[in-house]
Amino acid sequence: MQKTECHALALRQAQDEVYWNFLRREERMATKQTRALARTMMAPAVVVLFIWMIVPLVMTLWFSFQNYSLINPMMTGFAGWANYVYVIGDPSFTQSLINTLLLVGGVLVITIVGGTFLALLLDQPIWGQGILRILVISPFFVMPPVAALIWKNGFMHPGYGMLGHLWKFFGLQPVDWFNQYPLFSVIVIVAWQWLPFATLILLTALQSLSEEQREAAEMDGANAVNRFRYIILPHMARAITIVILIQTIFLLGIFAEIRVTTGGGPGYASTNIAFLVFRTGILSNDIGAGSAGGVVAVIIANIVAIFLMRAVGKNLDA
Amino acid sequence: MGSITLEHVNKSFGEVEIIPDISLDIRDGEFVVFVGPSGCGKSTLLRLIAGLEDTTSGTILLDGQDVTDAPPARRGLAMVFQSYALYPHMSVRDNIAFPLKMAKLPQDVIDQKVDYAARTLNLASYLDRRPRALSGGQRQRVAIGRAIVREPKAFLFDEPLSNLDAALRVNMRLEITELHQQLKTTMIYVTHDQVEAMTMADRIVVLNAGNVEQFGSPLDLYKKPANRFVAGFIGSPKMNFVDGPEAAKHNAHSIGVRPEHFKLSTTEGAWKGTVGVAEQLGSDTFLHVQTDGLGLMTIRTDGDQTFRHGDVVWLTPDPTRIYKFDAAGKAI
Repeated sequence: MQKTECHALALRQAQDEVYWNFLRREERMATKQTRALARTMMAPAVVVLFIWMIVPLVMTLWFSFQNYSLINPMMTGFAGWANYVYVIGDPSFTQSLINTLLLVGGVLVITIVGGTFLALLLDQPIWGQGILRILVISPFFVMPPVAALIWKNGFMHPGYGMLGHLWKFFGLQPVDWFNQYPLFSVIVIVAWQWLPFATLILLTALQSLSEEQREAAEMDGANAVNRFRYIILPHMARAITIVILIQTIFLLGIFAEIRVTTGGGPGYASTNIAFLVFRTGILSNDIGAGSAGGVVAVIIANIVAIFLMRAVGKNLDA
Repeated sequence: MGSITLEHVNKSFGEVEIIPDISLDIRDGEFVVFVGPSGCGKSTLLRLIAGLEDTTSGTILLDGQDVTDAPPARRGLAMVFQSYALYPHMSVRDNIAFPLKMAKLPQDVIDQKVDYAARTLNLASYLDRRPRALSGGQRQRVAIGRAIVREPKAFLFDEPLSNLDAALRVNMRLEITELHQQLKTTMIYVTHDQVEAMTMADRIVVLNAGNVEQFGSPLDLYKKPANRFVAGFIGSPKMNFVDGPEAAKHNAHSIGVRPEHFKLSTTEGAWKGTVGVAEQLGSDTFLHVQTDGLGLMTIRTDGDQTFRHGDVVWLTPDPTRIYKFDAAGKAI
């Protein structure tokens, strides 16, 4: 390379360096003041939220160490770890834990794969796009018990559900979904409800991908599959992370769908941790054991949250 | 090899006709600049050649082969976008390697080509960074790197320098011209900046409202503009136009004189005027002179002239360099 060119290059690199240092310094100066201001502004909300959380938590903790059963009101006082031993020691607990994980995992897989697919379809220019998008979003506006009832009576009932009729049309024995595949049925209902949410978030992510990047990939010889794998999917990674985080939080506490359809049964086949707490505390009238179950549920939720943050939270830093 | 021929290419978006009918012949190894005001269809024309838009009618030939219906990947062209369009989640190395990876080349060949491109463009020390951590000029060079590793038949540039600051733009302009000298590959470059067009091009296509106004070498366009539009568009500051009786003296509907083709005097001359704003650039001074009856004129003089606001001056156009136009704007 010629000397003058070298010189020009060195100069340009020095200019770049100065520019970036300048930007960084600007950032530091600004954050010092805004950080203090932000803390002050946030304080009231944080305090209220803290009280909101800590009072019920402490009460639950207190009850979980008490003998407090409505069936046996004579027995009161400190119970020690008895409630915990009772809840965790029962075989229903292990099954509920597995059911919870299956429910969360199953719904996440269906909503993210299905949501990505639907988002890709909805991103195509088609006639009636606006109405179609509203239709796709609409299940999210249906309240969980209502949605569960629609599925229970409208679709999955072996006698007069749509699926029953469909099976009969093909000359098959109608499936009694809630007895034969109780957990799977609940997963389908919950996935139906959360699919619109995933679709919506993933669609917005898809639409924020710059057209030029897609075209550049096209020029670079990437076919549709490669464009999806190397350009679109990495671009959506952050949105998928958000969908996983938000959905997991809500899916750990699924209750209404189970209450309305299977009632947790047959046996404990479709009981998750949240429903187990309900069964122990309300159906069996054992407030103490129910509270112990509640505390365990909180601990499990936190463990899941830590794992999730570790596994997928990295995506959010970028 | 990379000769590109357009035959009666037409492009309409629904009712709106962007490009009515364009035929062009771009020779192998040529640096051609499409220049014109915004909305003149120059980017659309480039995208038609790239294959990112489909022609409504007409044929596009690449090395004599009909590629009108070929997808962009099959045409073997590389494009540098205005926004650079780097892949933000990939390192600089992966960005440059992406087209090679898509072409399923073996890894050691890819490494070799990427390293070569990085050395050519002085990107070697940035290879493991993400595009986010690069400055505008560096991103631009990565985009060019991604284009050259494929060894395309032709490069297409879509206003690649418009996001850079003025100093960097001049540098990159030189670098791209230098690159063309080294590679000797056909390049098509779209810009709205006539200075870029004049300095870089072997030949310039001046576009206006989807029509080719003139296709020729920079000096051709400067010295022999085909019509009033080209005369006004090429050259900075703009050519001064005079209509009416003064033009009729030269047997023309209107005449044009470039700012640099005036003789300036404080005592005598053809047109009398008063100095308005004087823009002093050091090397030159641009005087904006309000002439009596002929409107505002821009005059280029040397930097040592010190005229003040309100001074009376006389302008004499160089008689050999008066451009004449008929009523339709065509050069006579």
